Amino acid sequence: MKGEIDVIIKDIYTMKAPFREEMIVKGYSFGKGDKAACILGPVRGNEVQQLYICSQLVRALKELEANSCISSGKEILVIPVINNYSMNVGKRFWGEDNSDINRMFPGNKDGDTTARIADGIFEEIKDYSYGIQFTSFYMSGEFVPHVRMMETGFQNASLANLFGLPYVLVRKPMPIDTKTLNYNWQGEMTAAFSIYTNQTAQIDEVSARQAVAAVLRFLTRMGVIRYESHSGYISHVIAEGDLSNVPAATGGIFRSLVKVGEDVRYGMALAEIVDPYEGSVKQVITAPTDGIVFFSYTEPLIGQYDIAYQLIHRLHE
Amino acid sequence: MIETIAEIELAVGEKIVVKRNRILPQNKEDETKRIAIVSGIHGDELEGQYVCYEVARRLTEHPELLHGIVDIYPALNPLGLESAKRSVPKLEMDMNRMFPGNKNGNMMERIAASIVDSIAGADVCVDVHASDTEVREIPQVRVSEEFADKMLPYAKLMNVDMIWMNATATVHEATLAHSMNVLGVPTLVVEMGLGMRINTKYGNQVTEGIFNLMKELGIWSGKVKQTQFPVISTDGEVEFIRADHTGVFLPSIEHNHYVHRGDLIGRVVNTYTGQIKQEIIAKKDGLVFTLREYPMVYEGALLARILTDIESSERGN
Repeated sequence: MKGEIDVIIKDIYTMKAPFREEMIVKGYSFGKGDKAACILGPVRGNEVQQLYICSQLVRALKELEANSCISSGKEILVIPVINNYSMNVGKRFWGEDNSDINRMFPGNKDGDTTARIADGIFEEIKDYSYGIQFTSFYMSGEFVPHVRMMETGFQNASLANLFGLPYVLVRKPMPIDTKTLNYNWQGEMTAAFSIYTNQTAQIDEVSARQAVAAVLRFLTRMGVIRYESHSGYISHVIAEGDLSNVPAATGGIFRSLVKVGEDVRYGMALAEIVDPYEGSVKQVITAPTDGIVFFSYTEPLIGQYDIAYQLIHRLHE
Repeated sequence: MIETIAEIELAVGEKIVVKRNRILPQNKEDETKRIAIVSGIHGDELEGQYVCYEVARRLTEHPELLHGIVDIYPALNPLGLESAKRSVPKLEMDMNRMFPGNKNGNMMERIAASIVDSIAGADVCVDVHASDTEVREIPQVRVSEEFADKMLPYAKLMNVDMIWMNATATVHEATLAHSMNVLGVPTLVVEMGLGMRINTKYGNQVTEGIFNLMKELGIWSGKVKQTQFPVISTDGEVEFIRADHTGVFLPSIEHNHYVHRGDLIGRVVNTYTGQIKQEIIAKKDGLVFTLREYPMVYEGALLARILTDIESSERGN
């Protein structure tokens, strides 16, 4: 009956614990047929914004399925969270050994605990045509919402444009990146996209809505769902190496004067670093180029050479 | 002479400072050879502290026997060491995945680059690690297959119980040892003991090995105690034993113990019910060179590693 539907919720991976409740990674399955798209939430315990976005996607897809808007012959799997264990103890990485599950892919069924978790998840998700992961960066700060992908030779920046987010960023993988989900998904010929919004440990409603809309837009354009949405942006594709890093020349209290997405000019004051003892301004960080603020450091304390901003060189609004 | 290798300002009234102690020979003409002894990349690995102390102490006691430069770096990750954290505090990243660093990068990338610069040109480097806080290890040198031919002659001098030739995982490319080996500085990675602890017996054993190595290089002319010949193993001869159940691990044997097929290594138990969930039985004869110390285990936790295809007489226990 239209408007009423029982969503299929399946256990993607389970692991018993000595004293805690069993860890159960749940997957929400929408539609039936080819493995069209898999959407994955936090693998790290502080990715609260990413959890929120996935939960909102589950809500939206429930409505779409109830209204028969999932294309026939297509299945969408949403895993709202992998690492609820770390979330519940306030740790970014795995509580017991501090390992990062997003550095464990494709995993190993005979390996360490987190390698087994990665393997269990990867076996379930590796055959989807499109893989979308909500994740976060090691540096603390805000990004302009964007789609990020590894340059593996299989990456498809044109397809990433279809999310309609302002930017698509392509990163040359370092050795350590070869253990990420994005890299390994691409190795299985899944078109893999990592989506970054401007928050991680806090919820930002505006960018969360933007992310939900971007995923629904992408799924519509790929023929997986039927959904009317705004066309979004025609994305600007940038290589990570082309971003201008703006480091702090000194340590102190960080007082930002600009926001991510702002169009700044050469020489413009971007931030002040305040002497933590005397309150005077030790340094005014100025823009080394015209451009758009792509990343902004957001912690109140900053060390010397910490990256305060990343600018998209010579790009204007 | 204590020298500063890198110095970067933190946010509030402090600098992160990486130092080395350069011990020079009495005769300036002897300054043609150089060994670097480094430790403390991981803040929870303290075994190297004793080795650094003991090497410095013996050299200071007999400066007339020194015929080369000895550089001692006890604390490459000083913030981690003093916070009892394996990774770099705040950044939450493994420093041994940041090499060779970047002179124009962020704080830790610059520090990594300065460390590499300062070691470059040495005749040999010894990177002293401990195990993590979970498993205890016998003194061993780990050599990646890529550099095995060059490294084995040096490794054999180190008075360790074992040389383990690992298959090179891709992530090893970002370690200090790999970076130095690529730059032509033979770098030996020593592992021993347990995280957060110092075992002076192991420390003295490796210290003897370092003096033996220095004697072979012509850097030390003092007496060296007779050193042992290590067992040389490849990945194929190492049997990994992991937990199949969650619970509390109770070992039944001592570390560094020779077991026969069928011997009981330990049990994983349920502390609510008194039930034994798993009995860990040796499937082959061999030396238990790794044994779990931290009792809490999830499925997949490493319990022991056994070096097979050796006779108990080779080990003398």
